[in-house]
Amino acid sequence: MKSFVFPEFQIIRDEEKCGQCRGCERQCAFGTHRYDPVQDRLISDEYKCAGCQRCVVFCPKDAIIVRPTPSFYRPNASWSREKLEDLKKQAETGGVILTGCGNDKPFRIYWDHIVLNASQVTNPSIDPLREPMELRTFLGSKPDLIDMKAKNGDVEIETKIGPNLMVETPILFSAMSYGAISYNAFRSLATAACKSGTFFNTGEGGLPKEMRDEFGKCAIVQVASGRFGIDAEYLNCAAAVEIKVGQGAKPGIGGHLPGEKVSPAVAATRMIPAGTDAISPAPHHDIYSIEDLSMLIYALKEATNYEKPISVKIAAVHNFAAIASGIVRAGADIIAIDGLRGGTGAAPKVIRDNVGIPIELAISSLDQRLRNEGIRNRASIIAAGGIRCSADVIKAIALGADAVYIGSAALIAMGCNLCQKCYTGKCNWGICTQDPRLSGRLNIEIASQRLSNLIHAWSHEISEMLGGMGINALESLRGNRDHLRGIGLYEWELEVLGIKGAGE
Amino acid sequence: MAKAHSAKSQPVKAAQAYGERIDTVEIDATGIETKELNDRLRDLMQAGAVKVVLRNVCGQRYIGTRLYSPERKKMDIEIFGTPGNDLAAFLFGHKIRVHGNAQDGVGNTMDAGEIVVEGRAGDVLGFSMRGGKIFVRDSVGYRTALHMKEYEDKRPVLVIGGTSQDFLGEYMAGGIVILLGLDNKPHKGNFLGTGMHGGVIYLRGSVDKTQVGSQVEISPLDEMDKEIIDRYVSEFIERFPDLKLNKEEVLKGDFIRLSPRSKRPYGKLYAY
Repeated sequence: MKSFVFPEFQIIRDEEKCGQCRGCERQCAFGTHRYDPVQDRLISDEYKCAGCQRCVVFCPKDAIIVRPTPSFYRPNASWSREKLEDLKKQAETGGVILTGCGNDKPFRIYWDHIVLNASQVTNPSIDPLREPMELRTFLGSKPDLIDMKAKNGDVEIETKIGPNLMVETPILFSAMSYGAISYNAFRSLATAACKSGTFFNTGEGGLPKEMRDEFGKCAIVQVASGRFGIDAEYLNCAAAVEIKVGQGAKPGIGGHLPGEKVSPAVAATRMIPAGTDAISPAPHHDIYSIEDLSMLIYALKEATNYEKPISVKIAAVHNFAAIASGIVRAGADIIAIDGLRGGTGAAPKVIRDNVGIPIELAISSLDQRLRNEGIRNRASIIAAGGIRCSADVIKAIALGADAVYIGSAALIAMGCNLCQKCYTGKCNWGICTQDPRLSGRLNIEIASQRLSNLIHAWSHEISEMLGGMGINALESLRGNRDHLRGIGLYEWELEVLGIKGAGE
Repeated sequence: MAKAHSAKSQPVKAAQAYGERIDTVEIDATGIETKELNDRLRDLMQAGAVKVVLRNVCGQRYIGTRLYSPERKKMDIEIFGTPGNDLAAFLFGHKIRVHGNAQDGVGNTMDAGEIVVEGRAGDVLGFSMRGGKIFVRDSVGYRTALHMKEYEDKRPVLVIGGTSQDFLGEYMAGGIVILLGLDNKPHKGNFLGTGMHGGVIYLRGSVDKTQVGSQVEISPLDEMDKEIIDRYVSEFIERFPDLKLNKEEVLKGDFIRLSPRSKRPYGKLYAY
């Protein structure tokens, strides 16, 4: 059937500059570029281009420009180009439209409507280069009261405190499974997490056996509805265990890793035969209630001898705060919430773009709910889904989060350009693929260095912003919404965020 | 036989102090909370006990779950009474025998070992089980063997003497489930094998096509199936000598095989 969809991108090759090295041909796994010996030049099939910009970055002569095609459908505010094209694709195939990465629709990004405070004259600001700044954060359940005793001039804490994760900076790597991302990308995240005093999250694809000794201590291992690669050894080698209930990019639905991506090594880690679909059902079929969830939380606590905090990750949806309260009461030590703009390796576009609520609103409503119920201390909050810079991190913490997960941001640090073709398994940047030719492009040493650099840079910026507010410990900012003001927001939005308008 | 009483692990330490080998330890579980009971089991495993008998068990959960050790120590646990939910969840190679009924979640995400239930078991038995064997003398509840999976030589086996309720083998990705239907009544469960994409279910007795998920093919046995059934029927009979089953009689029944039509049930769902 002839497709009525025209190419999304236009590829312009400057023939003057092009040295015909055929680098672009080699770089593109989608097969966009081809050398034509008859014309003795490189030609491009724009239909195949994903717009990932790999060829542009790696062209030694800077001879290529890939840009949105100027071809257009008659402009129509209702029938956008994307709506037209998705519809045509479905008319041609009868299938569900898949996509990757986070929601790209113009929902309000609240981070950009919130401004931070700074000290002037009174409560002087602090210079982080000169004075110590405490970004260290403990994630896990804190007791209601602490009994202390002074003994020979020392203070001893008598209350037994449950297991907590200690992070040097409130930025953790979000769950991205080996299988969805390449081994090199997975290992780069692990390496950077260990180096930066933070944690990476295995996602539900298991943790390769050879990585357990070295990286287990910086790993949060996931238990999701597919229960892939889970045994007592996997649970016990990690720093924490996370039950994945939902994901911001696809709340309410499961997932499946297509058989093409289940290579022998992925199969060994997930403990399923190579080449079969790895299907994660929408719910955990042993969890149909808060009581059932509690049963799994305690099963995991038992399985890890009560030595590790148990996290529960849910997508931010309507009324989720009430559910989260139930989750805390069910025994979770950490709640991870993933917002509307959270990323994914593959999700039906209609779900990604239409289900869930923005993380900013979710953080404040969850923090407020738990405070109102007097159980905020029982669990830490990790916020995820749409954290793009250090300012987003610090605003998340002021809204009430204890720490954040970054997924897309970490991938971008490694080279991702958000072309949203993760589900094809042909990632030219070697991140979201199991093709050894492609994943080999991602150098673990370089990629982990880029990730560590990012964490280092953001942490320093966070210290600067904290110091500017006259605060020297992140703990003093947590849920301290007085340091935030909204700009250009409606009354109800300010109310949900629990912040005043600018100038107030 | 050393007897464990109130204080945690005291008898074990005492036994060790006298250089006594602790082969079998008995615990009276009356009034002991889940966590404490599992603390004791763990201490016993660490101390090298090879067999533990639990008496008067009444609803304590996660028995066997906290018995992970890097050295892969193994214990036999005999349970008298009714263990609570998630019996042997994440079980790491131990053997458990229940002299009575079991509740929900038996063998949840179990990795290796063996569970024998001399009675009935509740819902979600063998959920995401990935190795080891479970034998249940009577029938089981809903959602049994969900998302069971296998990898290379790790192939979980579940043999049930009676029948199962709805959603047996939903999302099943590997392993072997055998329903012996020893009461010789038709199986009544619906949605059998819905979303199944691996593994095999053998049913002794009849089942209507409408009871089976659309992804499932019903077929007669071939020689390999017969061998598998023969092996696990023998193992079942061995574990329940009180039933005085005649293997020939059991094997004489009509067996059918339920297997997935495709290993990629969702392969054609998407527009690329």
